[in-house]
Amino acid sequence: MKRLYLLLSGVFAVLILLPLLLDKYVIGIFVMIFYYAYLGQAWNVLTGYTGHISLGHALYVGIGAYISTYLAQQLNLTPWVGMILGGIVAVLVASCIGFLGFRFGLRGVYFVILTIAFAEIARLVVCHIKPLGGFAGIFLDFRPSFYNLQFRGNVPYYYISLGLMAGSVLFVRLLEVSRMGRLMIAVREDEEAAQALGVDSFKYSMLAMGISAFMTALGGTFFANYVYYISPNTVLSMGLSIELILRPIIGGLGTALGPVLGSFILTPLSEISRSYFAKGGLEGLHLILYGVLAVLVVLFMRRGILLYLRRALAPVLRLEP
Amino acid sequence: MNALVVESLSKNFGGLTAVQGLSFELHEREILSLIGPNGAGKTTVFNCLTGFLPLDSGDVRLGDRSLKRLRPHEICRLGMVRTFQIVRPFLNISVLDNVLVGAMLRERSLARARAKALEVVEFVGLGRFSNALAAVLPLPLRKRLELAKAIATRPRVLLLDEVMAGLNPTEVDELIQLIRAVNQEGISVLLIEHVMRGVIALSQRVIAINYGQKIAEGRPEEIVKNPAVIEAYLGREFLESQG
Amino acid sequence: MSLRVSGIDVFYGDLQALSGVTLEVKKEEVVSVIGSNGAGKSTTLKCISGLLKPRRGRISFEGRDITHSPPSKIVGMGVSHVPEGRQLFPNMTVRENLEMGAQFPRVKALRRQTLGQVFDFFPRLEERLNQKAGTLSGGEQQMLAIGRGLMSRPTLLMLDEPSLGLSPMLVSLIFRIIREINRAGTMILLVEQNVFHALDICTRAYVLENGSAVMEGNGQQMLQNGFIRKAYLGI
Repeated sequence: MKRLYLLLSGVFAVLILLPLLLDKYVIGIFVMIFYYAYLGQAWNVLTGYTGHISLGHALYVGIGAYISTYLAQQLNLTPWVGMILGGIVAVLVASCIGFLGFRFGLRGVYFVILTIAFAEIARLVVCHIKPLGGFAGIFLDFRPSFYNLQFRGNVPYYYISLGLMAGSVLFVRLLEVSRMGRLMIAVREDEEAAQALGVDSFKYSMLAMGISAFMTALGGTFFANYVYYISPNTVLSMGLSIELILRPIIGGLGTALGPVLGSFILTPLSEISRSYFAKGGLEGLHLILYGVLAVLVVLFMRRGILLYLRRALAPVLRLEP
Repeated sequence: MNALVVESLSKNFGGLTAVQGLSFELHEREILSLIGPNGAGKTTVFNCLTGFLPLDSGDVRLGDRSLKRLRPHEICRLGMVRTFQIVRPFLNISVLDNVLVGAMLRERSLARARAKALEVVEFVGLGRFSNALAAVLPLPLRKRLELAKAIATRPRVLLLDEVMAGLNPTEVDELIQLIRAVNQEGISVLLIEHVMRGVIALSQRVIAINYGQKIAEGRPEEIVKNPAVIEAYLGREFLESQG
Repeated sequence: MSLRVSGIDVFYGDLQALSGVTLEVKKEEVVSVIGSNGAGKSTTLKCISGLLKPRRGRISFEGRDITHSPPSKIVGMGVSHVPEGRQLFPNMTVRENLEMGAQFPRVKALRRQTLGQVFDFFPRLEERLNQKAGTLSGGEQQMLAIGRGLMSRPTLLMLDEPSLGLSPMLVSLIFRIIREINRAGTMILLVEQNVFHALDICTRAYVLENGSAVMEGNGQQMLQNGFIRKAYLGI
């Protein structure tokens, strides 16, 4: 294991120094890589570790984005507090969904539909609420300061999102080996068998829902103050829900580094296609590439790229098989 | 002294009566077997005892505590644990981690839980495989794992659901030894079984049920000669094949 | 008219499940395969019916090479596989499950006649014709599984652990019926954990351990064999 930690520390050190070498545009790509890795990780906590599939996680991004933005604009409340409040609301909403799903027995496909429904309802409701900007959304005022979680240039955002990503990896890694994490994994593997061994699967499923929602909402606040524009279509859309699950799935569901790996692969693709190919009218090319990649992974590396990478590198890194 | 008391247990599915007024006791430290044809209601009884199905009427008492309306994990917490007919290992984690889940019920400290899990893994003879993924284990070893997970929860009562199915006689013998050892640790055992070899070798008492009702109760030697049991379940050729 | 398996090696990924397995089922025979769990008994049947492909070796049925044939073709040639655990279609009725077994034109035309024959072996199925398969008792499900296997009018019927989960009385009944099926002209290849019944009913038997056939012989003789009695019957 030691060699792996050494490698990861080295990568982290490189990442810390990178902004000194790169131009603003490339730094911006990294911000997105870290951001999507973080969102994917938040989703991973629920789906990768308890096995409940959510296809409506954009709901929590939106909650975080809208609540912190609204409070900042109306009450001049710092987004650093706003994000916590957004997180709390996200947990409450997630608890409702969880209750409906786990207590009332809406499982499997029905749970997925439930999560989609909540997200879509939220999106449509926000579209019709004028104070929240309706369809057009909200443009955030540019008032750079630490208090406002707004900065000139990309470098501060780079370090914040790097911190989010690294922090989430650490958190998930500690969760994996903790008592709570192990019981969540048991629920994922076989919920009834876990119950038969005394595991309160309802409690652990709800905990995962809450943690996942809270983390995601924080990301929403960050995003709002990075792009200075939020709208139902950018932070509450089905498209976002799918974008954020692709990285953990391709990288490796149920692993701490999977979402990170997935984001390093997919995000550059989407960012580059957005800018380079847009000129040629091929702006959505990355979606086709996503599809191809997803098919390849499903066919040949079903557990995600990380596990295959691990197996290949195991001798070099002296990992247990 | 009774470890488990079942009183007038009844369960219907729509118009179908699966179990009807079934009463029996499992004595402290006893091994009791429940036999009967498929569809006689045995698994339904298990599911009702362990909270996976609600009882329609009657009561189940563990010691002096009623288990009616309790959820499966609460019943396990009170000291009664079950295995599943079709084994259900946590496939993507190691043997040790599988058993650890059970051990964590009683130990808040991860270190102590792991120590207990290791002890149980050795006890069932899976020591060599503690770090192997459960998915690589063949069936007889998966059955031992199932048993290990259950024992790790430190139960007072162990319910084994057709744990000997699919094993050849030698493998059955090994499992018999293991169950005996578990019983000697003070755990009362209730078995549902078709493998009569196991029933006869292990049980102090046997209860035969058919159509959701008790048709006979007694020592194994008596039960295999009981005409109602032979008629409903064993068949005359059974006695011949015991040659 | 026979099945011949010669030296097959089967792998699951990197894991070798069968190593040089050779066996034969001749006309009118009942052949049993016994051995520990994980020895490769089910794997052998799956290989013959085409669900798995061997890396090496040959399988021929009635003189024709079926080593790499697709399962549908093998069924069409008269080999029927009743899998372990029955694997019925639980939401379909008894009738529908049986009809599923007779999809090829050749056997579809004779379906009514074949159904009649199946009911001769298993009258209880006729009583439950319109009942959903998932609601049948264990014994009835096993009868249905075998009945469905018979619907393709096979010359070779392969049974994987027909006694699994059945009461002693039903096990005796099922084995009696298997004997009748054989007498009516179908070759039987049987994989079983219930060693007593497996050896009692068969003409010849193979013992499979660790992916190889380690012993072969006449059924009754093996029942009396000291090693077999000790190792597999626990006597």
